Amino acid sequence: MPRYEFSPLGDSGVMVKLGEVIDQQTHEKVIQFYEYLQEHPFPGMIESVPGFTTVTVYYDPITLFDPLDDILPYDRAVAILEQMSQQISNTHSKEYRLVEIPVCYGGSFGPDLEVVAKQNGLSIEEVISIHSTTEYLVYMIGFAPGFPYLGGMDERLATPRRSSPRLSIPKGSVGIGGLQTGIYSIESPGGWQIIGRTPLSLFQAGESSPSLLCAGDKVRFRPISEREYDNGEKVY
Amino acid sequence: MSVEVITPGLCTTVQDTGRFGFQQYGVSVSGVMDKQAVQIANMIVGNQQTDAVLELTMRGPSLLFHKDMLIAICGGDFKVTINDRSVLPNRAIWIRSGSILKFGLAQEGCRAYLAVAGGWDVPLLMGSRSTNLRGSFGGFAGRMLAAGDKLVQSSPGAFSQFLANQLEKKAGAAPFYQANWFIPSNTFVKNGEAVVRVILGEQFADFSEESRQSFFEQTFQVSTQSDRMGYRLTGPALELTKSMELISAAVTIGTIQVPPNGQPIILMADRQTIGGYPKIGYVPTIDLPIVAQLRPGEKIHFQEISLRDAQKALIERDSLMKAIKLGIEVTVGWR
Repeated sequence: MPRYEFSPLGDSGVMVKLGEVIDQQTHEKVIQFYEYLQEHPFPGMIESVPGFTTVTVYYDPITLFDPLDDILPYDRAVAILEQMSQQISNTHSKEYRLVEIPVCYGGSFGPDLEVVAKQNGLSIEEVISIHSTTEYLVYMIGFAPGFPYLGGMDERLATPRRSSPRLSIPKGSVGIGGLQTGIYSIESPGGWQIIGRTPLSLFQAGESSPSLLCAGDKVRFRPISEREYDNGEKVY
Repeated sequence: MSVEVITPGLCTTVQDTGRFGFQQYGVSVSGVMDKQAVQIANMIVGNQQTDAVLELTMRGPSLLFHKDMLIAICGGDFKVTINDRSVLPNRAIWIRSGSILKFGLAQEGCRAYLAVAGGWDVPLLMGSRSTNLRGSFGGFAGRMLAAGDKLVQSSPGAFSQFLANQLEKKAGAAPFYQANWFIPSNTFVKNGEAVVRVILGEQFADFSEESRQSFFEQTFQVSTQSDRMGYRLTGPALELTKSMELISAAVTIGTIQVPPNGQPIILMADRQTIGGYPKIGYVPTIDLPIVAQLRPGEKIHFQEISLRDAQKALIERDSLMKAIKLGIEVTVGWR
């Protein structure tokens, strides 16, 4: 039975904490609770957002107020969430969705590939091979629309961020920042070492599920050639 | 076509109450900064609370109307004129096709809102008509308005048409007519210093005693690096008793986070969905309109409020708004 800790996030949110450290076990609890909420939204619930160790639930205090009993909307929200937490069986762990992301490494798409190789005493081929044989876990989506926080990068690829960030990094760029790897979902400034680019769109406004990835997915990168990248851009 | 942009102003965007349900995908909520002003503006013209309005910042646009319309202007005072004759905020105005509605520089407050009966007709995207400037989507072509843009009005409801007909008759041959009743919507401060209440945050106790004291006893100034994403404040540096590495988690509007330089930031409408800085407090929903109307250089004095009082105040304001709506309907003879 997982322990749930509730605390207010402003006057219209409850933060539900499901663990103290970023690990697979806490992540599974987060996903389980988040998915339960998706399937069983309560009246007055606005939305829920999964984090590394938390699920944040936004609610409308007006809807959750009943003048007849005068219970504080926050207390009512917590009571509902507490009851829900008892409904969740943590017996079976869910099947993961594995998403393959084609990446054209190096060249103009990955200007920092050599930096990452040199920093770690590896050849370029070794960097690509290590980066593309690992299975990564999507902990959460945030920072920018569709941007995945990925866990599981091989420590042999760890590279410090650039000392001066680039003003504009094209969308689809795959980068390494410290112990993390990620994909820029929209064009933005950033300080990560850029090692390649995917022709896939990680975010498309207007779709019913606008983000290619969801918290709880697994990701694997597949090296592709520049020609495949060009074809890919037309396909995806 | 119903309205043409002659000059766009500094940062004029289409916004509604916000884009909900997509923060799980990293999509910011966006939406209007001063919800109270917008609620009143929409109420005055007979709209739903969620209908889209124009948000104007510091310097407003000039707009040429190609259609008779019922409008209301709420929030900051932008020296508004129709065909060079000044008009008053916070009331229903009927404006004739061919007239030019012109906003000047903000005299007081930072943001004004233009509501038209029926709301502005831009595509509904992920449940909202709000502009997401960083992601370049939503609202009018995902961007601020530019000269030459043409905005379209959605069809007004029965109450709006009733009120518009009433004011049109009174206008006679004049280019516009203002109702003789008004609803105050101003939350801007008169002396440059605002009292803003704060619910204590998760890490409040982790700040040094001195920092906790100065947070409430001293004032903070709104810096020029403040925008729809957040208000950066300058003031006494707020220090933690020991450095902490927090695990990133969801952040909400009004969150007062403190980065390592000790200068607090109040997160606003275009905030990111996830944050990792210590949270010293939260501005309650009821006081967000005050913050939204502050301009760079103005000052904030924080005052503690309990979660209970913050939620009670919100519930009371909701009852007041419902009473005002009824009052409008009675005043114009709709009920």
